[in-house]
Amino acid sequence: MSGFARPLKIALGLIVVAGLIVIPMNFNRYGLFILSQWAVMTIAAMGLNLTLGYAGQVSLAQGAFVGIGAYASAIMTTHGWPLPAAIAAAIVLAFAVGWVLGYPALRVQHHYLAFVTLAFSTLAFLVFRNESWLTGGIYGISNIPRPHILGIATNKPLPFYYICLGSLAIVSLAVWWLIRSPWGRAFMALRENPLRAQSLGIDTRRYTLMAFAIGSALGGVAGALYAPLTQYIDPVPFNLSLSLDLLMMVIVGGAGFYFGPFLGAMIAVLLPEWLRFTEGYYLMLYAIAVMGLLIWSPTGILGILDRYMAARRTKAASALRAVAKSRLETAQ
Amino acid sequence: MSAVLEVTNIKKSFGGITAVDGVSFDVREGEILGLIGPNGCGKSTLFNCILGQLTPSDGEVRLDGKVVTGLRPSELNKLGVSRTFQLLQVFPKLSVRENLILAGQEHQGNMASRLVGRSDAGLTDAANQMIGFFKLDHLAAEPAGGLSYGQQKLLDAAMAFMGGPRLVLLDEPAGGVNPSMLADLKDRLVAINREKNATFVVIEHNMEFVMSLCSRVMVMAEGKVLAMGRPDEVRKNPAVIEAYLGH
Repeated sequence: MSGFARPLKIALGLIVVAGLIVIPMNFNRYGLFILSQWAVMTIAAMGLNLTLGYAGQVSLAQGAFVGIGAYASAIMTTHGWPLPAAIAAAIVLAFAVGWVLGYPALRVQHHYLAFVTLAFSTLAFLVFRNESWLTGGIYGISNIPRPHILGIATNKPLPFYYICLGSLAIVSLAVWWLIRSPWGRAFMALRENPLRAQSLGIDTRRYTLMAFAIGSALGGVAGALYAPLTQYIDPVPFNLSLSLDLLMMVIVGGAGFYFGPFLGAMIAVLLPEWLRFTEGYYLMLYAIAVMGLLIWSPTGILGILDRYMAARRTKAASALRAVAKSRLETAQ
Repeated sequence: MSAVLEVTNIKKSFGGITAVDGVSFDVREGEILGLIGPNGCGKSTLFNCILGQLTPSDGEVRLDGKVVTGLRPSELNKLGVSRTFQLLQVFPKLSVRENLILAGQEHQGNMASRLVGRSDAGLTDAANQMIGFFKLDHLAAEPAGGLSYGQQKLLDAAMAFMGGPRLVLLDEPAGGVNPSMLADLKDRLVAINREKNATFVVIEHNMEFVMSLCSRVMVMAEGKVLAMGRPDEVRKNPAVIEAYLGH
């Protein structure tokens, strides 16, 4: 990505943001719902990208944190609390539970950690389904209200889409700040070489727990927005397959790349809509496309771009070396 | 001269094997102590016990007179103890400069200031200085994984110095480094030792390197200390010749 000139990057970013604000004004109800869903899933995938892509801690529980956020938000807003308070509560709750789920990561890694988080995902699903005094059980929670922000009702799809987009913007800025801070560097050190990181004074325990807690908290934010978006939740959307979907968004987009989750969520949420014309074949085509992509580029879509940029830099550098060498030879 | 590091009767067993068997020694302030011995004699295990990477089965480690046995490696590093590893341990995807900033950042401020403060923790100048000192200028922006083996060894050593340590334990810094780069490395180590008054313990098999760099040399064999003394004394010691140096 570093191959682009800075002004070009900023201009490109502004065009995309302006497009996301202006173009959906003409969308119908369903189009806005899909786009809002993209924004919400991107937030959840950014959280997983932090835990998995940057800090290298495998998690199959991100969907459970979306569920925790969604239930916290649904329960609070149906009891008359404002959405911002519900989002704050979802963040705190998901952060705390994520912190606790980080403890196994201090002992086990890779597939073993995946199994621990998978078990947690199942546990969370059972709580959503069986603790009906709190969660409404299989009947779920309906009539989840949408908020009034600055006196404007967001019952219509467009205003609520802007709430999702605005939240995505805030989360994106926060994550961008985090990964370029010394914390982000410490997360990458956890991923690349925890043994060496320790010997450089990096408290690997604390950073591992933080990586889990912050990633989970973003899952909670996504859930807290998902509940008023659909206005009805039950346990089914938060089962293991959501965790797997989010994992795929991160991997397909490019784990450890800042823009990976944006692309990954776009493919996971929008591609099914675009492939609708194929009718029954959509899932098969989708599966084949993902397999093909990962064989071609195990580091995801942004991995392809990254390799291209690296190749271009290498080429430029060797051209410079060739020039320097010929000058040296002429000088002799 | 006072002792920076006092190691008393350290033992470490793995199952039936006693890798380190009651080792005691002092490291004096400002010295460069060499640690030599045949492969498998317990040198690296001793390092790992001192640095908290392994918990010794018995014995005590003191830093400036205070017991530090059982502290975690990151806590020891904060107290000014740093190390390099026998096998390469850099962060391949980060650039050379980022590697060095990472190596120093935990010594700046606290967790909160590292989150809200400057992205480089105010270390870009210090990192550039270290890059210049180790003659890696032309590679500063390259990913560390793209450097040659010898260059990565230099970076590995440079990283150990970023936190301004008082005591550095180097595990085979010369292994796999070509002669001209090795001479450079030795110069750098001597300069840091004199200018920053940093104390070193160096594990090394390259005898020429050890004998010319170190003020004292400790020889280990089968988990025990075989000899300790000036390089020329150790070299003539019949037990050392028998166990390690060869006739």
